[in-house]
Amino acid sequence: MRVNFTVNGRQQEADDVWEGESLLYVLRERLGLPGSKNACEQGECGSCTVRLDGVPVCSCLVAAGQVEGRDVVTVEGLAEFAKQREQHGHGGACGTGGACGGKGGVTLDEARQWSAKGADSRTGEGVELSAIQQAFIDAGAVQCGFCTPGLLVQADALLEANASPSDEDIREALSGNLCRCTGYEKILDAVRLAAARQGEAV
Amino acid sequence: MAQHTRTVPAGTPTNVTQKHNRGGIGESTLRPDGILKVTGEFAYSSDMWHEDMLWGQTLRSTVAHAEIASIDISEALAMPGVYSVLTYDDLPAEMKNYGLEIRDTPVLANGRVRHHGEPVALVAADHPETARRAAAKIRIDYRELPVVTDEASALAEGAPLIHEGRDDHHAGHVPHPNIVHRQPIVRGNVEEARTRADVIVEGEYTFGMQDQAFLGPESGLAVPAEDGGVDLYVATQWLHSDLRQIAPVLGLPEEKVRMTLSGVGGAFGGREDISMQIHACLLALATNKPVKIVYNRFESFFGHVHRHPAKLHYEHGATKDGKLTHMKCRIVLDGGAYASASPAVVGNASSLSVGPYVLDDVDIEAIALYTNNPPCGAMRGFGAVQACFAYEAQMDKLAAKLGMDPVEFRRLNAMEMGTIMPTGQVVDSPAPVAELLRRVKARPLPPERQWETAGEGADVRALPGGLSNTTHGEGVVRGVGYAVGIKNVGFSEGFDDYSTARVRLEVINGEPVAMVHTAMAEVGQGGVTVHAQIARTELGVTQVTIHPADTRVGSAGSTSASRQTYMTGGAVKNTCEAVREAVLEIGRRKNGSYHPAWATAALLLEGGKVVTDGGEVLADIAEVLEGEDAIDLELEFRHRPTVPFDLKTGQGNGHVQYSFAAHRAVVEVDTELGLVKVVELATAQDVGKALNMLSVVGQIQGGTIQGLGVAIMEEIIVDPKTAKVRNPSFTDYLIPTILDTPTIPVDVLELADPNAPYGLRGMGEAPTLSSTPAVLAAIRQATGLELNKTPIRPEALTGTL
Repeated sequence: MRVNFTVNGRQQEADDVWEGESLLYVLRERLGLPGSKNACEQGECGSCTVRLDGVPVCSCLVAAGQVEGRDVVTVEGLAEFAKQREQHGHGGACGTGGACGGKGGVTLDEARQWSAKGADSRTGEGVELSAIQQAFIDAGAVQCGFCTPGLLVQADALLEANASPSDEDIREALSGNLCRCTGYEKILDAVRLAAARQGEAV
Repeated sequence: MAQHTRTVPAGTPTNVTQKHNRGGIGESTLRPDGILKVTGEFAYSSDMWHEDMLWGQTLRSTVAHAEIASIDISEALAMPGVYSVLTYDDLPAEMKNYGLEIRDTPVLANGRVRHHGEPVALVAADHPETARRAAAKIRIDYRELPVVTDEASALAEGAPLIHEGRDDHHAGHVPHPNIVHRQPIVRGNVEEARTRADVIVEGEYTFGMQDQAFLGPESGLAVPAEDGGVDLYVATQWLHSDLRQIAPVLGLPEEKVRMTLSGVGGAFGGREDISMQIHACLLALATNKPVKIVYNRFESFFGHVHRHPAKLHYEHGATKDGKLTHMKCRIVLDGGAYASASPAVVGNASSLSVGPYVLDDVDIEAIALYTNNPPCGAMRGFGAVQACFAYEAQMDKLAAKLGMDPVEFRRLNAMEMGTIMPTGQVVDSPAPVAELLRRVKARPLPPERQWETAGEGADVRALPGGLSNTTHGEGVVRGVGYAVGIKNVGFSEGFDDYSTARVRLEVINGEPVAMVHTAMAEVGQGGVTVHAQIARTELGVTQVTIHPADTRVGSAGSTSASRQTYMTGGAVKNTCEAVREAVLEIGRRKNGSYHPAWATAALLLEGGKVVTDGGEVLADIAEVLEGEDAIDLELEFRHRPTVPFDLKTGQGNGHVQYSFAAHRAVVEVDTELGLVKVVELATAQDVGKALNMLSVVGQIQGGTIQGLGVAIMEEIIVDPKTAKVRNPSFTDYLIPTILDTPTIPVDVLELADPNAPYGLRGMGEAPTLSSTPAVLAAIRQATGLELNKTPIRPEALTGTL
């Protein structure tokens, strides 16, 4: 089958999709977006977390056919997504047409102009990062990095909904994302840091 | 055909360059791959993609022990989209087995399977689902055999031999062919010392099978090459060890198997053995197409070895004033169906069974069994973890029997520099065991009843049971427990353990730039960060490029045994020093006649310049190298030699270095439901020298939580009747989430080891040892229960077992 949907603001068309394929598989293997990770493929680890019409979901548990006509944001588009949110002063599901027709929202046409800027794959230099991405690097929250994309998407969604979360709020929000390297302390540090920096910026 | 469309696979690892003005050793420099990892651009082994590629699938045995009467692949082969089906009969070379130390593991089963999940056949197809369905159509006729699952069934008269006709180097000295390796250690006179004991305690302890549970599943891409060889992109812990095992079974010389490290999603020992490497190469060579294999989580539980489960029997004695008199122990490790790292695990378990204590009279025996259980091998702290769990329980029992404080009792018996190990080896660098214990004990305790909020009822997230809302504080009791451990660093027992580093220094756009090229597996630990830091410190440059790790440079040894910063870090330092000497040699040749300091002063490279140790600038490095070829050197680095332990007495200087950590656990237990919340897990560790404090603390916290996991939730459950794995998923095998994890205050000591580069101490494993027994001690204190088995499940606390 063919699946049409928006990924990181760009209209995408995936052909020859077998009905049993997950959104995760289509992103990784058909659209060349391997940033969302395949750690358990059973909805237990959160490494494949993406925003689907603004809602964080495990993309391994979403059948590809279910995303027809819908809007997906992955880690590759997270920096741009966060930037647009900041510029439009708009919290919540910012990527969809219709869902944000209100004042300060983003039109579908505007949304379609977004695209994740390709990182310089040699150095990563010159890449604009969202607050949560920068905080993960600065706080030492990245070791092997396999859980990182899902945690970033989930943590960004937390900060969108709650600009100054308590530690217990952070733990609750991230409890569906497994990390085996860090013991989570530096992930907590990173979310606190991103929240503090966003607080200062306001 | 593939060779006409061949391109470099998407996702091939590339150089990472980092420019940093203050990024030398001792700085908390950020990861050079950090930006790639937070933008989703970092290429992990499962991200590899190649035009025209096929997907490989492994068919694994559904039973633990059986003869294979027949295999019928015809239906699978006939499926549209299937390119190849391979079984044992298709293996191309005389060599059909592989193995880390003992080549006892068949690439594909040869008429017999020895454990649940053993690879039997391979499929390559154009879609992963096609490959899975084709594999399911392969018909195998198993004739089941009785299973060997524990010491009694392994050593019973007439027990089936897991490996018949053994000719490995341990076969001659083991008492039974179902024992992989046995290491006794005898020192002093236990029977005589026993008479001095005022109290004697005994204990029988059981350590469950733990999974590494790295998040990035086993995966990689094999691309057939025009010369008949293969290019392999994989996640591993040791490229050259893989290569040594892969090439012979492919029937290829090593130079035709070109390996490149892809992004590694964690390892913790689980990637020390071969998983999909050979299988992907076989399918690629058979189909002449690139083949990608990616395990799902279910298969990953069968695709790598686990931590050895163990039964440990200990006897300790002490005088009434609290001095240890003697120790006897017997440690039985279950190695499963294939040897993997079992011999090294036996060596560690026996030689470190005494813990970080002074004990002159010991009688120790450790063995690893061959059984039909899943193969076990390396995992963070291998061998030392199991022993620490048991000897620390013994310390608490002794202290209780003597009416002493458990920390004071430990400090009274703590080893220090100069202590003689049971192997006769003298500990010749700092061993601040008593100080580490003092530090964790001196830390203020976290406040009680943190779940209480101002008038809004209990915050259940701070209580045992968490969001399940099982208690609001009723039936919750607190306990505090302590533990300390000792781990060896590096490969021991006479192994020729070395690392290679290639360093290139050249001037680019008027600036000196260093390139570091090693085969070190960066598995998340931050080795690449440290390599760049070392190059900056030794060569006075700001810009360092980390070359992708591959087999075009010499071996870096394994990313395991807490060894990589010491060993490959040491190799980078060593090669940088040689490069620096080459720079100075050129400088002396060019400029020596202009300034006497070139000949007389000690010279350094700092801030892009050649300076004297008095701080006088002699030249820019860029000037010195102007018109010169790049300096490009590759050198090997070795730690001091070790010797094997004597097979009867266990004596010998078998270890390179020791590493110590202590923990204090504070737990709250819902005694009605048997639920445990670890409130705080404080730790203190000596790291010799922290090359990067941010990374050091990250390792300590991560290792600590893997120890917490085994204390209260982690265990691969193997059915004792069938030897089949019952919980191969993240639904049924639980690892700690952020809600299960406490705050982890870390206290780092830096007491230099004069034998090691920069005085550093390998530090990745020690935190995983003592966190488990500290949590258990805290739960025992809270509940008064004996608790001799990991993990502690609710039924063990409620008496409903």
